[in-house]
Amino acid sequence: MKNTTKLGCVSALSLILGASAAFADTVKIAFIDPLSGPFASTGTNGLHQFQHAAEYVVNANGGVLDGDMFEVVGFDNKTSPKESLIQLQVAIDQGIRFIVQGNSSGVANALTEAVNKHNRRNPDSRILFLNYAAVDPALTNDKCTFWHFRFDANADIKMDALTDVIAANKDINKVYIIGQDYSFGKAVSAAANEMLAEKAPNMEVVGDELHPIGKVKDFTPYARKVVQSGADAVITGNWGADMLGIGKAIIENGFEGPIYTYYGAGSGMTAAFGEGGKDRIRLITQGAINPIGSEEARQTYQAFLERYPDGNIDQSRIYNTIGMLAQAINDAGTADDVVAVATALEGMEYESMWGGTLYMRPQDHQLIQDMHIGVHTNDDIEFAYDGSEFGVKTESTVEMASMDIPTTCEMKRPDPS
Amino acid sequence: MELVLVNLIDGLVTGLLLFMLSAGLTLIFSMMGVLNFAHASFYMLGAYFAYQISIALGFWMGLLIAPLIVGLLGAGVERYGLRRVHQYGHVPELIFTFGLALLIEELVQFIWGKNQMPYSVPEALDFTAFSIAGNSIPAFKIFMIFISIGIFIGLLYVLTKTRVGMIIQAALSYPRTVEALGHNVPLIFMGVFGVGTALAGVAGVIAGPVLGTFPGMAFVLGSIVFVTIVIGGLGSLWGALVASLLIGWITTFAKTYNIRMSDILNGIGISTPENLDESLFRDFWSVTSPQIADILPYIMMVLILIFRPSGLFGKRSS
Repeated sequence: MKNTTKLGCVSALSLILGASAAFADTVKIAFIDPLSGPFASTGTNGLHQFQHAAEYVVNANGGVLDGDMFEVVGFDNKTSPKESLIQLQVAIDQGIRFIVQGNSSGVANALTEAVNKHNRRNPDSRILFLNYAAVDPALTNDKCTFWHFRFDANADIKMDALTDVIAANKDINKVYIIGQDYSFGKAVSAAANEMLAEKAPNMEVVGDELHPIGKVKDFTPYARKVVQSGADAVITGNWGADMLGIGKAIIENGFEGPIYTYYGAGSGMTAAFGEGGKDRIRLITQGAINPIGSEEARQTYQAFLERYPDGNIDQSRIYNTIGMLAQAINDAGTADDVVAVATALEGMEYESMWGGTLYMRPQDHQLIQDMHIGVHTNDDIEFAYDGSEFGVKTESTVEMASMDIPTTCEMKRPDPS
Repeated sequence: MELVLVNLIDGLVTGLLLFMLSAGLTLIFSMMGVLNFAHASFYMLGAYFAYQISIALGFWMGLLIAPLIVGLLGAGVERYGLRRVHQYGHVPELIFTFGLALLIEELVQFIWGKNQMPYSVPEALDFTAFSIAGNSIPAFKIFMIFISIGIFIGLLYVLTKTRVGMIIQAALSYPRTVEALGHNVPLIFMGVFGVGTALAGVAGVIAGPVLGTFPGMAFVLGSIVFVTIVIGGLGSLWGALVASLLIGWITTFAKTYNIRMSDILNGIGISTPENLDESLFRDFWSVTSPQIADILPYIMMVLILIFRPSGLFGKRSS
């Protein structure tokens, strides 16, 4: 109730402020992610999905407010935190109020700090950081801020669902954990160890290893250790070229079990795994693609394919991000006052076309949603990835995953102005 | 113990692949004094061309044709690019090749996009050759070993036993004398540049299916190739071979065996600080060899530059 009153006040205020600029203009969204370098494909595909989501979900339906259109502008950060801060400044200087980023939690950590600092110093041009893929749990725990919202499930939530499945599988007694050597890789490893110990005390973790991110040419030696360890299953949080590299090496060098991944599909990976990865690569994700969540989602996907015939919607949360932002702007009645937009996002419930209801937890700004575990296969695939015949088929679903997961977040909200 | 054997084979594959790249680079350097920054880009072009050809004509035609195209491109670059820039000195040449590397990466992204290409091992070689204690060695890796060794022997034969090789070697040290004897030195330069880039192309063709074919592949391998020829000694074919194998084995073994920094330090008599969490060197103490495996060659390079600046097999030039 309290929120509604505040919301009403804020929107009334902004109406007065906005009256002078009542004609339709554009709401710009800065996409800060790698568009060159080893992770370019992941970033570019994300940008395509954002642009399509903005046009198809928002602009084609009349935009937000009184016809304001969304525009997604790409900024290349080369996966470097330093470069990201420069690009962030460029975006702010262009008057952009909404930042989306996802690849690398290292970058996301740098961005939240920078956004926090900027908003403290410049109350007149505050910005919001909508994180669609960086899953380091710290971002919605110790390092949480009012200006950051996460639309992907964090590493702990994903691991919670994954370990449920692994613990229930009687054939798995030994697991091997391997990841990239930075905050996210470490978070995955810590969560896997802790949750497996809790859910399956007899499970043995036979390997737990980190490798340099984006620098490994040949993953064969790592794969050898996996085989040597006698593991029944592998868990990896790798993404981009590192994911394909480790997956291929493990399969080619004689490993027989399943590989549980966070990002083992799309961006050319699915086609490159091909027959070798069939029934081997498993993927934890939100948003069901095969079978698809709804008729609306099917049409969206088809429209996307018309625009990008070789592309994939492998991050359907991007559509949720855009959809929820649009709804928040409409609820707040302004796209300029980001405090109002953020307040509207807090606690929002949103019907996703990819299935299920999404809930933005107000206490830590972590989106709670259904999680799906899918398998890389060419059976029963309606929407294949990468122009191949392979895609990801949902095997099991955890509804409203980790709804009650604890958080250490102590959110500091801005003083009502 | 079986793992040692497996690692020796894996390291050999990595090392020989590196050799094919560094052989061309070191030849070009010793010939023209040009460090070709675009060398790894030709490797990438090899992989992409081979992928494109393999769709239409199969892997084997790709293996045959792609290096030829890359070699012709390389020769063209030398003839119409480098030769013009050459008169302005070495720095413009360096900048030219650097620009070329960026240009090729952009071009590749423009034509093929930024995704991984589904360029895969041909069916005839898509089986396990043999396995050692559960570790399978794919037949393709054995094939890679044979191709690289074949190329090394061929190269060595041409350079040391044939007339062409003798002229090339002579042109390396005394280009003016060779020219005065009636040989076309610019043509030799063009030929060497073409062959060098074609070698990189071959490396791309056979590495693409294993290491992945994507626009970042040149970037990932580029710097390590320079490290190889610095360690081996600029301009030395044997040096390139030894350094490549050394790097291949060192990185492979470092990745496979979890050697902890604390074990090494304890071994040489330094005891672990009591309160590691508060120690300034916490990260240093907790480092393990797989974490730093791919940085080891760079450390090696620094050591070599300090203690033997001409490289393992290089001749010191004034």
